[in-house]
Amino acid sequence: MVANKDITFSVRRGTVHAIVGENGAGKSTLMKILYGVQRPDEGTIKVNGQVVNLHSPSDAIAAGIGMVFQHFMLADNLTVLENVVLGAEKLHGIGDGARREIKRISDAYKLDVDPDALVADLGVGARQRIEILKVLFRGARTLILDEPTAVLVPQEVDELFDQLAELKDEGLTVLFISHKLDEVLKVADSITVIRRGTTIDTVDPKAVNARQLAELMVGSELPSPTTEESTVTDRVLLRLEGITLGGGTGRPVLDDISLTIHAGEVLGIAGVEGNGQAELVEVIMGMREPSAGEVFLGDTDISDWHVREIREAGVGYIPEDRHRHALLLEAPLWENRMLGHQTESPNVKGQLIDAAAAKADTERIVKDYDVRTPSIFVTAGSLSGGNQQKLIIGREMSHKPKVLIAAHPTRGVDVGAQSSIWDHIRAARREGLAVLLISADLEELIGLSDTIRVILRGRLSGDFDPDDVTAEDLGAAMTGAGEKEESR
Amino acid sequence: MKSLNVRRILMSLAAPVLALVVAFIVTSLVLVAVGDPVGDVWKTILAVPKPRQTVNIINAASVFYLSAIAVAVGFRMNLFNIGVDGQYRVAAFAAAIFAGQAWLPGWLNILVAILVAMVAGGLWASIAAYLKVKRGVSEVISTIMLNAIATGVVSWLLLKVSSRGEGSNSIETKTIPESSQLEGFKLIPGATNRVYTLLILAVLVGFLYWFVLSKTRFGFDLRATGRSESAAVASGVNVPRMVMTAMIASGALAGLVGMPLLFGQDHNYGTTFQSGLGFAGIAIALLGRNNAVGIGFAALLWAFLDVQSNALQIQADVAQELVNIIQGVILFAVVIAYELIRRADKRIEQTRVARELAAQRQAAPATEGAPA
Repeated sequence: MVANKDITFSVRRGTVHAIVGENGAGKSTLMKILYGVQRPDEGTIKVNGQVVNLHSPSDAIAAGIGMVFQHFMLADNLTVLENVVLGAEKLHGIGDGARREIKRISDAYKLDVDPDALVADLGVGARQRIEILKVLFRGARTLILDEPTAVLVPQEVDELFDQLAELKDEGLTVLFISHKLDEVLKVADSITVIRRGTTIDTVDPKAVNARQLAELMVGSELPSPTTEESTVTDRVLLRLEGITLGGGTGRPVLDDISLTIHAGEVLGIAGVEGNGQAELVEVIMGMREPSAGEVFLGDTDISDWHVREIREAGVGYIPEDRHRHALLLEAPLWENRMLGHQTESPNVKGQLIDAAAAKADTERIVKDYDVRTPSIFVTAGSLSGGNQQKLIIGREMSHKPKVLIAAHPTRGVDVGAQSSIWDHIRAARREGLAVLLISADLEELIGLSDTIRVILRGRLSGDFDPDDVTAEDLGAAMTGAGEKEESR
Repeated sequence: MKSLNVRRILMSLAAPVLALVVAFIVTSLVLVAVGDPVGDVWKTILAVPKPRQTVNIINAASVFYLSAIAVAVGFRMNLFNIGVDGQYRVAAFAAAIFAGQAWLPGWLNILVAILVAMVAGGLWASIAAYLKVKRGVSEVISTIMLNAIATGVVSWLLLKVSSRGEGSNSIETKTIPESSQLEGFKLIPGATNRVYTLLILAVLVGFLYWFVLSKTRFGFDLRATGRSESAAVASGVNVPRMVMTAMIASGALAGLVGMPLLFGQDHNYGTTFQSGLGFAGIAIALLGRNNAVGIGFAALLWAFLDVQSNALQIQADVAQELVNIIQGVILFAVVIAYELIRRADKRIEQTRVARELAAQRQAAPATEGAPA
């Protein structure tokens, strides 16, 4: 696998070194090599001048390299202490010795972690600090953070950066993987850009701006998600009235949600994950029955419609979890092109599958949407995440939807593909597409949306105007800190 | 593309071949351990079948094939219909009673009786389908229970309707009229016995299975559900309805299993009617990888082993149940081998895709300005 070739860079002790690159540029593979999950075919890794051979994560840990994954690996129903000692019971035991050590680390690096708190009660920021602590507990001197800010709101990002500075001051080394350039510029002492598996350059953050950095990263002129003049019409395409979804005994998962999207309008929904976004999408798509409320497509009440009828009526769907909801990983690309539209032309003729037409159209999508694949007969699972997403978007757009429900449409997609996805959404919007855009990327929301609303604990806030809202405003609303201001 | 196909074919052949080799070795070891004549056993089993045995193999295979296809319909959407055994017995019994009444002449009687069998099998399976869809009962549990109930119900009803022939001990339904008995084809030269006429039914079912699953919208929905239920739901498949349909279709096909026997051999349903076909079907569907052609080969292999083992007692003084060990080990080995090959295949494909993409990049060099 030549995901990486000729990657060369060195990291000085006591610095934060950022590695930036598009998705698919080879960052993940590089990480795997550094953490001993994968072996390089050629080349060497030196730690403190010594060549190390990393055969497994335990070798990496022995060499003082620790990894903080993007997706937390914590058991919710255990305490912080239990989570930290899990798998490292031999180091400091599982009792008071370990508790003391956790306290010590927490104090030394100002991580503010309580060893006896239950992980289930903690927020995302605290969980991330536990992950960092876990790595330090195992004696790591070099920390690799894989897209650590992807799950954080702006305020939490600032806190994380303070902690990284703390770690740096104590002589630890941090490798910071990201594609959010502003953050990288803010936190890093040195930045290595990789593109298509090769190191392009290592630059000093003081000497470059975000735009130059991005151009290094993509190797071409950079897109930005700015909407042109408004294309919003007064034709209502999607309307939700008082959608409520009970959440067992507790508070409802969705609480009296009403919204309207017009033709040519992009309505962005911001929010910390798990505040009802996924459920909202599932209600609109007919995958869940709301306890109250109606969904209208145009003037038609589609509340009782089945998923297939809703999709056939012209609602495109880009699910949040593409592996679970958008792809058959073991099926070839052309069968995946049919998925979700297996009753529509060109995929079928009457009750029969029109394989030839579906294959031809898959070739078209692969070409138009720049899906990088050797052929349309390989399984969807063998493509990288970004290319899978491009295929999904191509598929949904190919059926000329009236309404597009897009959950995190550019998550895990490289910058180049991101801009082309944005372009596709914008082009469709000009032609009268109504888009419900759910995203964790505030830049994307601000850049694409005509209106932004924030979802918090199943409730929708009032409208924000993307022209004069800042990421900080939205961040405040997302965490509930802005509730007072909202009621002005 | 071509190299891909060759690899695919080799990969899918590797597993069963591997399984056969493992079964050969394990069985030999068992034989050596208990001091049975290894050479004689294999000589008997692997002997070239005589014409008469060839006919028996084809006949047994056609029945196995129907059973395996019935199971495979469920397997393709991750439904484990363990109940083919009960379904085919209920169905064969119902069809035997209907055909025995001779309400209709000749072929018409046969065709309607086959429909009766499908309806009976489908109805019996619909119990499990209903329980799964409405009450969330695992189809594995309910079909196993329904097998036991089917056995009881059929024996009980058999006693009620049986017409014990004079001088006969067997309990059976009324024999179907001669005009509806199928005498079979003389397919193999030199054989005194004949191949079941309803071999045609097996071929037809195999073709329909392939056609419906790979060429129709319904088949696409069914396969999608089997590959990823969550993705199928999001794509608009009504999964509960799909479960209901697939289970009933599986039951209806199971209803066909007894038909070649009923019309081509037994001519009634009695206590001697062949049992255990449903379980053989599960094994054969697994071995044949739920593929219409693969199942054909697997059914032939199973039938071959069954028929060839009949001579074991006489030729090698070894109980013919030995063949159950062979079949069991084949199955065991093949399930493991398929999984290993599936993983290897996935890994190879990912590597290959990455390699070809890298090659493409090199072929189209730095269009966007050379890196610093």
